Amino acid sequence: MRSRTIPLREVHVWEMPVRIYHWINALCVTTLCVTGYLIGDPPAFMKGTEAYFNFWFGTVRFIHFISAFLFFFNFIFRIYWGFTGNEFSRWYNFIPLKRCQWKEILEVIKVDVLQVTNKQIDSIGHNSLASLVYFITFLIFLLQCLTGFGMYGAMSNAMLPRLFAWVVPFLGGDMNVRQIHHLLMWGFIIFAMIHIYLVFYHDYIERRGVTSSMIGGWKFIEEDVIERHDNKTEECPKG
Amino acid sequence: MENQKPSFYEEVRGNGISRRDFLKFCTTMAAFLGLEASGVGQIVKALESKPRLPVIWFHFQECTCCSESFIRASHPIVADIILNKISLDYQETLMAASGVQAEDAYKAVMKKYPGEYIVMVEGSIPTENEAYCCIGGRSALQILTEAVKDCMAVVAWGNCASAGCVQAASPNPTGAKPVHKVISGKPVVNVQGCPPIADVMAGVVVHLLTFGRIPQLDGMNRPKAFYSRRVHDTCYRRANFDAGLFVESFDDEGAKRGYCLYKMGCKGPVTYNSCGIIKWNDSVSYPIQSGHPCIGCAEAGFWDNGPFYQHLPGVAGFGIETTADKVGLGLGIATAVGIAGHAIVTNIRKHKEIINEPETGSNNVTPKES
Repeated sequence: MRSRTIPLREVHVWEMPVRIYHWINALCVTTLCVTGYLIGDPPAFMKGTEAYFNFWFGTVRFIHFISAFLFFFNFIFRIYWGFTGNEFSRWYNFIPLKRCQWKEILEVIKVDVLQVTNKQIDSIGHNSLASLVYFITFLIFLLQCLTGFGMYGAMSNAMLPRLFAWVVPFLGGDMNVRQIHHLLMWGFIIFAMIHIYLVFYHDYIERRGVTSSMIGGWKFIEEDVIERHDNKTEECPKG
Repeated sequence: MENQKPSFYEEVRGNGISRRDFLKFCTTMAAFLGLEASGVGQIVKALESKPRLPVIWFHFQECTCCSESFIRASHPIVADIILNKISLDYQETLMAASGVQAEDAYKAVMKKYPGEYIVMVEGSIPTENEAYCCIGGRSALQILTEAVKDCMAVVAWGNCASAGCVQAASPNPTGAKPVHKVISGKPVVNVQGCPPIADVMAGVVVHLLTFGRIPQLDGMNRPKAFYSRRVHDTCYRRANFDAGLFVESFDDEGAKRGYCLYKMGCKGPVTYNSCGIIKWNDSVSYPIQSGHPCIGCAEAGFWDNGPFYQHLPGVAGFGIETTADKVGLGLGIATAVGIAGHAIVTNIRKHKEIINEPETGSNNVTPKES
């Protein structure tokens, strides 16, 4: 049996609200992409029947809208948690305003993307490149909510969608809004592909338990990494 | 009131329209405009008492289909509005005067009714080189700028004047711009469509006549009464859309049964107009009812969001038939290839980590076999 003992500590990285947010988000994004794709390109599998027997396409759209509301409020909650959660979920991790964050981004590109050097990346939560990518996805979330509710607003009298009524004139009409909404859907799909692959990759290389950390919240981190983390100066975000 | 000119009502009565028909017309217009019942009385009163509305009607870069639509309005009174009721002192297509007399006619209106006359515009205005559209030796921009200065409001008829239409489609050789982009300081009513529905045009004119101000507009300056809902949301085939019943070719069973034309490229879901309710030619039909998908002619940039028979528009810069889905799928495949390549490289370059023997020095952990 091959085994080894290394000094590891369990670190509580993802609090319960972050994990719940993550899985609601995953569910919503999957549902929205599947139903959204169907809405954009519906299969015409029914023939020779009359409209009053069926409502499947209406149901697909209904699921899309319900998921969109859930996605939206979940997203708002995550932004709120970015100001109250632990150090790994704080907003400042996601926006690279500090020099050391950019330094880590370059390191991650060298170590994990191009694999030209081998070096331990110290971050315990997201590394700085991952954080930047999440920040970009948050911007895509926002755009998707704006364009989505913008289109929805025209057929609703409810307060929330009506708040987005300015989006359609701002972007020059429904045609553009729909096109942007459709293109961004592919952003979600491509993000999901890379995201899932990288979870596999990191668990394969680092074995810190990154996959299960989004279930249980804990990661196994080498003690020396934690030491360096605790000694970090305040200049750099601690996540 | 200095009512020397006959009122609208006196004119129609003189033309043999009965009072009953006159009231019917007023009621129809009130319904179109979404007014409450008391609005009918206001329209009746306005048309009975108010003098005709002075109007200057310009044709710039356009095809005159807006005028054609208007003068072909089925309701006799609607036709009367254009020919008699509004004081159409200058309308290049319809007026008898020409040359100097014509020019004098609209200049006289500007002098006589400052702040009262309405400028109605068909067509876009070239800005790349103003000489692309000249009338009487002056450019469209010069004429419009001068006419707008003292007007009460501007009505932009059709897609050309509201959004540039085909002239402004890529690559827009004349630098065509809609009215609201070349003038400022005056309210502009965009009466969208290529052409707009005659009854919608009449509705806007009646509103101006009755209330002396422009109708309530949406975010794109279109009258809310006519452009607040999508063709799709008011389409009689909508039930087929919700039921997932789609026409897949113009000669299939679905087309015969009148299924939804969504997959035939219908732009109804992205187009705001009243086609589904008011319809065309005395409410006989509209494109979808006749079996043809909506081409979205009441939307800005509809020429650039083609092809007409494809639901998803092409993506600029990727060739004509390349849709968002094709671009997305291409990126998705590229991503999958990248992931596969990265996974292979990882197994080679990170071999030591994978077999649990990190390079010494990479961290402080020393692996122990036990």
